[in-house]
Amino acid sequence: MTRNIHPVLIALTVLVFIFLVGPLVIVLGAALSDTSYLTFPPQGLSLRWFENIFKIEAFRRTIVTSLEIAFLSTGIALLVGVPAAYALNRYRIQLPGWLSTLFILPVLVPELVLGFSLLKNVATQFHAPIFVSLVLGHSLLVLPYVVRVISASLAAFDFSIEEAAISLGSPRLKTFFTILLPNVRSGVIAAFILAFITSINDVSISIFLTGPGISTLPIQILAHMEQFFDPTVASVSVLLMGLTVAVMAAVERTLGLTFFAK
Amino acid sequence: MKRFAGWTLSTPATLLVLVFLILPVLATIVTTFATTAGPFAPYLTFFGSGFRRTVLWRTIQISLATTAISLVIGFLTAYVVSRSPGWLKSILIVAAVFPLLTGVVVRSFAWLIILGKNGILNSALLSTGLISEPLSMLYTQGAVITAMVYLFVPLMVLTLVGVLEAIPDDLLQASASLGAKPTATFMQVILPLAVPGLIVGAVLVFTGSFTAYATPQLLGGEAQMVMGTLMYQQAMVTFDWVSASTIAAIMVVITIAIVLLMTRVARRLNPMAV
Repeated sequence: MTRNIHPVLIALTVLVFIFLVGPLVIVLGAALSDTSYLTFPPQGLSLRWFENIFKIEAFRRTIVTSLEIAFLSTGIALLVGVPAAYALNRYRIQLPGWLSTLFILPVLVPELVLGFSLLKNVATQFHAPIFVSLVLGHSLLVLPYVVRVISASLAAFDFSIEEAAISLGSPRLKTFFTILLPNVRSGVIAAFILAFITSINDVSISIFLTGPGISTLPIQILAHMEQFFDPTVASVSVLLMGLTVAVMAAVERTLGLTFFAK
Repeated sequence: MKRFAGWTLSTPATLLVLVFLILPVLATIVTTFATTAGPFAPYLTFFGSGFRRTVLWRTIQISLATTAISLVIGFLTAYVVSRSPGWLKSILIVAAVFPLLTGVVVRSFAWLIILGKNGILNSALLSTGLISEPLSMLYTQGAVITAMVYLFVPLMVLTLVGVLEAIPDDLLQASASLGAKPTATFMQVILPLAVPGLIVGAVLVFTGSFTAYATPQLLGGEAQMVMGTLMYQQAMVTFDWVSASTIAAIMVVITIAIVLLMTRVARRLNPMAV
């Protein structure tokens, strides 16, 4: 199958994949080091830097905040995004083309601009609590993923099944929950997971919306790095990489990882 | 009732985007034209300042370099991935998706460990005797570009694998059977067919680098200030919100202009389009 690929190209590809994976392996090694400074390969193996994460109150608090925001914003995005994706697929002919563009707008507008605008024109102007502004910002951030993933699984759905249920007397809402939702279940799970990890990893929106007492994990990592250069950050990074692995396993089981190469 | 069902179902999402994205962002942009000093005063200040022009120019340079390098690396890698047997392809896609889903802070932090004064690269170079003094690699344009390429290559590879796999095998067989050498097939069949995908990838990488914050902040610092870090500094350190809004407006205009222009170009250049 490996048809006519020049050996130079293969060598280059190997280098590229070392380049892609190597830095993350280094982070893992640095996290396991028993030293009080960052080093690779690790000198002595220790899990004490992982313990250290939970000894620092700011990390404990921001991990909880980040999880709360990720759950809430993903929930909101699913609540508004699933009906929108359904409408875009089911009533495609009746709806104008710009409507689908509207839902990917959060990708086009730079995240920094969205974060700053929410701070300036929502949080400050209308005295909206910072937490609420963060949740709103993250809901917008993840909405395009939700709409895109759900649309992809709805594209494979045969709407005549739904029609059949309705014509046989099933109420619309019941049809939605018993016919449509089970058929796009894997899409909903994948959308949830991708939205969740996107929210957890966000910096550019959150950086403007961290007020007194409220911060998210990535922002706390940045703040910690400014003061300390110990392996704690490497350990937090490894925890986040563990989350990535879990996410990939879940996506593989629902959409298949080739989803990313489409 | 059915006529409005589509609208009713899409209303909540529309409202969310309208009220919490479009209106706040428009308000940010509008305020830059409504200052007491006159309608274009903030822009005259921005482009009148040598420092800010340098920041803008540096951001463009970094973004262009990142885009160009990511395009070359991404395309060659994607080509090999798309021609690989199934099991190898899966491994390679996993290797690309993993960094893609790992946060920007983690991925930039990795380069901080590698490029630091006591970092891995310096210790490796010192131990081989290639250098006698540790090199200052952090807070340089090269460090920012390296980390940004690292950030965007997975995205480019995955975008292009999809594009390359969509090229029908028949075309390549036809090309070969008509006597074209592999290089000719690559240059005259595969490359032209991949152009729209290359443009999409380039737009993603350019706009992403142009508006990046965490990576230039960590690896470039004050010495390599770019639009994103300048905007943050103006908004949150000096509290000059008019200046920050002006930078925001410039970022929005450049981003959307590039997206609109390049998607139009991509559509025109698509040889598969009917």
